[in-house]
Amino acid sequence: MSDTAMSDTAMSDTAMNDTAEHAEAHDHPTNRYFIWTAAVLALFTALETSTYWIDFGSFATPLLLILMTIKFFVILLVFMHLKYDSKLFGALFYIGLGLAIGVYVAALSTFQFFAG
Amino acid sequence: MADTALQASHAPTHAPDHGTTGHATTTGLSNNKLAMWMFLGSECLLFGGLISTYMLYRGRHEGGPGPAQVFDIPLTSVSSFVLLMSSLTMVLAVNAAKVRDDRNTKLWLTVTALLGSLFVGGQVYEFTAFYKEGLGFTTSLFSSSFFTLTGFHGAHVGIGVMMLLALVAIISRDRVTGDKAEVVEMVGLYWHFVDVVWVVIFTLVYLIPA
Repeated sequence: MSDTAMSDTAMSDTAMNDTAEHAEAHDHPTNRYFIWTAAVLALFTALETSTYWIDFGSFATPLLLILMTIKFFVILLVFMHLKYDSKLFGALFYIGLGLAIGVYVAALSTFQFFAG
Repeated sequence: MADTALQASHAPTHAPDHGTTGHATTTGLSNNKLAMWMFLGSECLLFGGLISTYMLYRGRHEGGPGPAQVFDIPLTSVSSFVLLMSSLTMVLAVNAAKVRDDRNTKLWLTVTALLGSLFVGGQVYEFTAFYKEGLGFTTSLFSSSFFTLTGFHGAHVGIGVMMLLALVAIISRDRVTGDKAEVVEMVGLYWHFVDVVWVVIFTLVYLIPA
């Protein structure tokens, strides 16, 4: 093999290793990343709990629902690794979640739950 | 030399699939992981039914105390924090398992089980306190739906704790069949789901005023 071919091989090996390592970094968040995520979630929990003592008025319910949704998806996407995994896993879960939300919103509507 | 170059140029550039147990699957993904996600999707339907029933009956506390009279938000907030931290320790266990660090895997699994047990203990204390304040299972539609919802969630946490402790024992005896990291990840998915359900319950049941 010529020197050019050997150096090309070495460069392509390095490039492939870099790609694999780059993909690896995205596939497996570090412990520090998870700790930071947990800290943010704890902060959101503290904010939610503060609504017990602080009167947010008409903003309380929307704020709680927004925080709940954010926490839900952060745990789902980061801790449960769905952000980094195959989309098929997410599809299976979201089908169940979507079905649950759809069915039970319809069921509650028949009882005029949203009519106040 | 030419063969080496040819092999190198055809080597895969994507990160290895950590969900496989070695044999090929139709999707190229782990069947265990697919099944777990499908199971968790079905669990959404279970808890969706329980939560929506509670939402329907939360105002129906005739003849007994209502949410405002019995709920101890500070205590439940601490329980929520404990369960949230258990999700962190669980994900640390999964990371340790991925790098084949058995010692830290067992450590974090044990800590997760302890935090989960603490959460269940808090629930038991809460239920006992509610009963003493006159809120039994059959007191009212509110109480029935509340105890059913939180009881089912608590049972899921309890089962999760047993799974965690069993996994620690199995890893200690080196009896894990298949990919150890994947087994820990499966238990982790279940545990995080239990936490995620509590995120919804804590907000809808305890925090949003009836």
